[in-house]
Amino acid sequence: MEAILLQVLNGLDKGSAYALIALGLTLIFGTLGVVNFAHGALFMIGAFCAVTVQKVLTLSKITLDPVKTDFLGNPLQIKTPYVEGWFGPEFGAALIDWSVPLAILFAIPIMLVIGVVMERGLIKHFYRRPHADQILVTFGLAIVLQELIKHYFGANQIATPAPDVFRGSFDFGAMMGMDPNVVIYPYWRLVYFAFAAVIIGAVFAFLQFTTFGMVVRAGMADRETVGLLGINIDKRFTIMFGLAAAVAGMAGVMYAPINSPNYHIGMDFLVLSFVVVVVGGMGSLPGAVLAGFLLGILESFASMNEIKSLIPGIDQIIIYLAAIIILLTRPRGLMGRKGVMED
Amino acid sequence: MSKLLTRRGLLKSGAVGGAGLALPTIFTASSASAFTNEPTGGTVTLGFNVPQSGPYADEGADELRAYELAVEHLNGEGDGGMLNTFSSKALGGNGIMGKKVAYVTGDTQTKSDAARASAKSMIEKDGAIMITGGSSSGVAVAVQGLCQEAGVIFMAGLTHSNDTTGKDKKANGFRHFFNAYMSAAALAPVLEKLYGSDRAAYHLTADYTWGWTQQESIQAATEAIGWRTVNNVLTPLAATDFSSYIAPVLNSGADVLVLNHYGGNMVNSLTNAVQFGLREKQVNGKNFEIVVPLYSELMAKGAGQNIKGIVGSQNWDWKLGDEGTAAFVKSFGTKYGFPPSQAAQTCYAQTMLYADAVERAGSFNPCAVGEALAGFEFDGLGNGKTLYRADDHQCFKDVLVVKGAEDPQDEFHLVEIVEVTPVAQVTYDPEHPMFAGGALGECNPGA
Repeated sequence: MEAILLQVLNGLDKGSAYALIALGLTLIFGTLGVVNFAHGALFMIGAFCAVTVQKVLTLSKITLDPVKTDFLGNPLQIKTPYVEGWFGPEFGAALIDWSVPLAILFAIPIMLVIGVVMERGLIKHFYRRPHADQILVTFGLAIVLQELIKHYFGANQIATPAPDVFRGSFDFGAMMGMDPNVVIYPYWRLVYFAFAAVIIGAVFAFLQFTTFGMVVRAGMADRETVGLLGINIDKRFTIMFGLAAAVAGMAGVMYAPINSPNYHIGMDFLVLSFVVVVVGGMGSLPGAVLAGFLLGILESFASMNEIKSLIPGIDQIIIYLAAIIILLTRPRGLMGRKGVMED
Repeated sequence: MSKLLTRRGLLKSGAVGGAGLALPTIFTASSASAFTNEPTGGTVTLGFNVPQSGPYADEGADELRAYELAVEHLNGEGDGGMLNTFSSKALGGNGIMGKKVAYVTGDTQTKSDAARASAKSMIEKDGAIMITGGSSSGVAVAVQGLCQEAGVIFMAGLTHSNDTTGKDKKANGFRHFFNAYMSAAALAPVLEKLYGSDRAAYHLTADYTWGWTQQESIQAATEAIGWRTVNNVLTPLAATDFSSYIAPVLNSGADVLVLNHYGGNMVNSLTNAVQFGLREKQVNGKNFEIVVPLYSELMAKGAGQNIKGIVGSQNWDWKLGDEGTAAFVKSFGTKYGFPPSQAAQTCYAQTMLYADAVERAGSFNPCAVGEALAGFEFDGLGNGKTLYRADDHQCFKDVLVVKGAEDPQDEFHLVEIVEVTPVAQVTYDPEHPMFAGGALGECNPGA
């Protein structure tokens, strides 16, 4: 029972990341009809927004220690972050400690701009080209972005911790009357889950309850008719591309404390996220979210020792196995719409 | 046409000649020389095969810095570094056997096939007489096999699997870096001292050659001091989120988690384990502990504050106080502005050892070089007295037990030395079961 509860929590957490990335992918596919293989790179850029904010906040004034020496025998450099000098040691240290949540504020405008520039500068030239061309050009773009990040930040992972207040884990077991330490879960991962739920809810509310969202949904259903009504749907779709980039970027920022980011972090998620989109149903936003959580939970269960001892290696193939079964029984995915990707 | 020169005969000769010419030079160089890529001009070319892209690119960059420094010192430039402290005085700063040292580089990408392709290209196209480098045991074993076939010496870079000088050892291959058995032999007594002998360990192990031999070694060493092994879970090399493997650990009855992971795997699994609060828990009436048998300063940097207090082992550390280390750190630090990694030190030492062996052998012939290296005892390259054992071409020297610093004075002091384990404690029999199943075979000069 405890093990099952733990893996459900794990699955919800993994599913949050899959769902957030798949949501952005589906938004782009549903509006622009573009298969965007650079979406993982947007997640990576988001994670590096967190790294950048941390680096900026820790920019330091250097003074020389009169006593201690460095590895070459020169006076040791003492680094004091400028923010601690400007705002006092306590508030400065708190700013550095909260660099990841603060990075969200930095990431949203950056990612919106990157999304819009990417769409206007490159993607729009491939609207009428086959999906294979779109995949090639966006995959190429992803590699270019990845190499740029590697050039400036190196290949090694960069530690980007969560605020101290979120260190440690919450004891669900003790709360539910079980023995202590039986069902525990890290605070930051719970924050990530709650954050994902808020973002997903906000995107759905935006599409459901605003005029802008209504027009976008109409455009997703029948772009030509919306255009004939005199509505500039292209402009709205460009904004949606920016929004999708911002969602991926925020997912990346908040993921940075979970796994220290490096240039490859986006690629690690990309293939899985495409499987999530296909399983959820191409172009279906609720499908992407549902499939994200479903596959996340399945992946977690497959990592259980009891399951692995029955079927060795199942943890590595479970997502693809589930995808095969779902697509065989529901060829359009869990919530796929008729006519999407069927021409 | 005469009987001696018929049309059919001409075609046959042409075909045989053409096929001969089409053969890669790797197989034909010997026809004109005594061994593969025998240097004939005023220079000799070394091949540095390091990860320049992929997850170990930073470690590869540090290896390359060390190689460039070694080449400078061999050619009599710079301050000479460890040439001044090396116990052998065969090298004089005038290249190798009077030939100026040149080098070419290849990118292993930390993929066996890519590493073999780049090594092959350096041997065939660039005429490299020796191949060295790498940051992975899978790559080392693959390139070592290629060098054996090609008839060149392979001086391994960072490779820690027992197999490199165990079941996959080759006559043309030599390893200066320590191995998983040595890590475990050095760690076990320190772990007993720190955490006691009544412990239950849960292992997470990277599912490939290095992970398997590391886990086998540390399990045997810790069971020998009285620890129990609760479970060993193999994790995919491509895994990035280890939460589902870590979640069951606290319920398993284990009070120690051993992470047999390296590089990005280790940074992620350790980060995940600390997030789960394992280090703040009490199990079986004891503090829960995490052990990482092998890690480096680079990995410590990636793990950030999570590395604090984590015990592991290293081949070398720039903070060692010996003369050789001081000379190397000064050279490297002055040139690049930061201290060298253990990967850099092993690569620098390997280049010096190769060059020295050539000088002592008086020949570039790989078999003569191999003979000069096998059984060679030396000092002054940073690890104290060292033996290149003839039986398996493995270096035997002191091993460092380290732990993450609690309060590092700067970014270069993330790791502190707990103990320097004497070489006698980590030495094993060449026929030890963990190294069984292979043979060095005959040296291949490529002739």
